[in-house]
Amino acid sequence: MLFFSFFKTLVGQEVTVELKNDISIRGTLKSVDQFLNIKLENISVVEEIKYPHLSAVKSVFIRGSTVRFVHLPATQVDTALLQDATRREAAQAGGKAKLG
Amino acid sequence: MFTTAAQLLDLTDKKLMVVLRDGRKLIGVLRSWDQFANLVLQDTVERIFVQRVWGEMRRGLYLVRGENVLLLGEIDLDLDDVIPEPYEQAPWETVEALYGEENEAKKRRERARARKLQALGFEGEGAGEGLY
Repeated sequence: MLFFSFFKTLVGQEVTVELKNDISIRGTLKSVDQFLNIKLENISVVEEIKYPHLSAVKSVFIRGSTVRFVHLPATQVDTALLQDATRREAAQAGGKAKLG
Repeated sequence: MFTTAAQLLDLTDKKLMVVLRDGRKLIGVLRSWDQFANLVLQDTVERIFVQRVWGEMRRGLYLVRGENVLLLGEIDLDLDDVIPEPYEQAPWETVEALYGEENEAKKRRERARARKLQALGFEGEGAGEGLY
């Protein structure tokens, strides 16, 4: 759930999503869900002329399973906080594993 | 706000462009859906863009299984049916045949590439999974 929470903090930011079929879509992150499906608004497509089917599209819902990576604004990511959260989650998971 | 249902709710009854995993582009009105992004599309048309032409075919009602969905795009009705340069409309049969040829060529290239990579010990991303 860490990445779900993380993406929730990025709502409203400009991000670029690269899909596994090589399309890169830039837009404002509107929402994200537990499968990391992503909704983008005011989109612009990198190399638009190669993807004419997206020319009349203003907002997209991207299925999480088709995302290759998300390019984030570096200034909006608190890496120290993210590292702490990762360690906390790992510690919790480790604790559970020992108990179980 | 942060569930699949909430994300799809405001797309309901809108005209959408759906891209499927096999590269198909469907344009229709979203009437129903669930948490897996299984979709019901009404008055669907399929559109193909290839080289410098495009074609369209009426398809009707679709129920799309969610795993095949790449993305849903909400169509801006002001920009609707504006086809960007240099694409020109052509008869469906022509466009479909051209698309078939292109795909065959692409598959051959991909296979050749995969063979070479495999000889070097690489296995391509999404090997065996058709992604366009």
